[in-house]
Amino acid sequence: MTLTSKTATELQALLQKGEVTAKEVTEATLQTIEQHEEKINAFIHVAKEEATKRAEQLDQEAATTRGRLFGVPIGIKDNIVTKDMKTTCASKMLEDFVPVYNATAIEKLEAAGAINIGKLNMDEFAMGSTTETSFFGNTLNPWNTDYVPGGSSGGSAAAVAAGEVPLSLGSDTGGSVRQPAAFCGIVGMKPTYGRISRFGLTAFASSLDQIGTMSRTVEDNALLLSVIAGEDDNDSSSSAKAVPDFTAALTGDIKGLKVAVPKPYLGEGVDPEIVAAVREAISVLESLGAVCEEVELPHIQYAPTTYYVISSSEAQSNLSRFDGLRYGYHTENAENLEQAYFRTRQEGFGDEVKKRIIFGTYAMSADHHEDLYVRAQKTRTLIAQDFDSVFEKYDVVIGPTAATTAFKLGETGGDQLVHYANDVLAVPANLTGRPALSVPCGFVNELPVGMQLMGKHFDEETLYKVAHAYEQATDFHKRTPSIQEGK
Amino acid sequence: MTTFSKEDVKYFADFVRIGLSEEDKENFSAKIADLIESVSDLKEVDVTGVKPMTHPVAMINVLREDEPKDILDREVMLASAEDQEDGLIKVPDIL
Repeated sequence: MTLTSKTATELQALLQKGEVTAKEVTEATLQTIEQHEEKINAFIHVAKEEATKRAEQLDQEAATTRGRLFGVPIGIKDNIVTKDMKTTCASKMLEDFVPVYNATAIEKLEAAGAINIGKLNMDEFAMGSTTETSFFGNTLNPWNTDYVPGGSSGGSAAAVAAGEVPLSLGSDTGGSVRQPAAFCGIVGMKPTYGRISRFGLTAFASSLDQIGTMSRTVEDNALLLSVIAGEDDNDSSSSAKAVPDFTAALTGDIKGLKVAVPKPYLGEGVDPEIVAAVREAISVLESLGAVCEEVELPHIQYAPTTYYVISSSEAQSNLSRFDGLRYGYHTENAENLEQAYFRTRQEGFGDEVKKRIIFGTYAMSADHHEDLYVRAQKTRTLIAQDFDSVFEKYDVVIGPTAATTAFKLGETGGDQLVHYANDVLAVPANLTGRPALSVPCGFVNELPVGMQLMGKHFDEETLYKVAHAYEQATDFHKRTPSIQEGK
Repeated sequence: MTTFSKEDVKYFADFVRIGLSEEDKENFSAKIADLIESVSDLKEVDVTGVKPMTHPVAMINVLREDEPKDILDREVMLASAEDQEDGLIKVPDIL
């Protein structure tokens, strides 16, 4: 077994005991990345020098002061700012942007001894679900390079699936951690809104955005969230709730757990083979003592459109900061300030981003504000109430993470509307602020399938407990893409 | 069928300072018309008496002490700007 095929938890045990050094792990990681990148293009920037230097420093640390992620390599989605390391959001607009501070999540990783190996590819400004809108070219799915890895955190998912890194950070505004996790056969968690500070996460839609954790096993994911969660003075929406050690929740005991399965989640628009895989997973949970029942969600069909209106409206406001003056790309051909704004934004943003900004402006305009934006906010209330009443009786809501397996490259052209069936499954967790996790639950045509578990606010522990019990009862997480064996 | 003309594209893009080519206008006109059509299902929802949801997790009055902190220095922050002079960001002519 090579160092890079080990989980973060396994690496930790070796590193803490001094059986391997942080430098050895980092070197093995950089070597694996070099082997795979030509095939999958998961990284925008590999931080070879910085990571090597950091590993050498860490190895000098006394064994008694080592943090929970001491020496563990991690990849970071390129919309999370890293001091002195380019953060591009996969956009020409920030092609050469070097942040002057670290996101809070990055500070916490550093304090825990993790090693930032580099910045991961994504859809431009996280707008998309295929990683095809990246200015730096698309990422390919390690299971089959004719397919996309999903998105927008496609690089974060592909890097973990290919064995380049055991852990990565993504961000999830409407499924952007969970859907690529499902497409790449790994574990992806979008925690409760406010669980992880958003300070330093480039804002797309502020009432929906949340940093998420990605890994090959549930245990690794729980470990990573335990490290980066918590209140932050720099993000007033971060929660003051105490952060438990999430790995302590992995008891394997789910007897009596009440599981709701929304009927629309296994109905029209979802690939029948995926429905079959999720039904099989449900029967595994039942054999472990869970009680599963079907429920209705009366407003669920409006979730995607509610999401399109709210996310685009918030995006048009958030992306107004890119003016080409204070930082980022700026046009060379402007005679006055007005022209500089227009041309910088014309030349710096890609088509998907422009489309959403213009649509968001329409939705927020005086003539349409009430009928679109406010109406979407009211519909959001109704969707949240549907879930509130389900969670009065049940502990988790289960369904597929995505309606299909990974799309073929170019199949959707990154078109938002094609993704409607997936969005019904993905966006409710963001609209309602609830935690949701994707765990591998099968394969269709050799492409991974994910099961999604949604929970009560700030009850990530139950999601980890259920996902872990399921994972230990199955062996989907043990399969690796052939790319890992160099085939 | 919903229409969103090239003039509409320009009208809304002007508010957010996005320059457009003729090809862009045509492309966005079709795509945004599709989007508007697709979100028209919101009209079916009975929202009478429903309050708009602005925050996914309700929080009230998050406050902290108003104390000065040692943050980034001016020189470091200004280094991100393309053009600067005497501690200020230089911009193209305004008038």
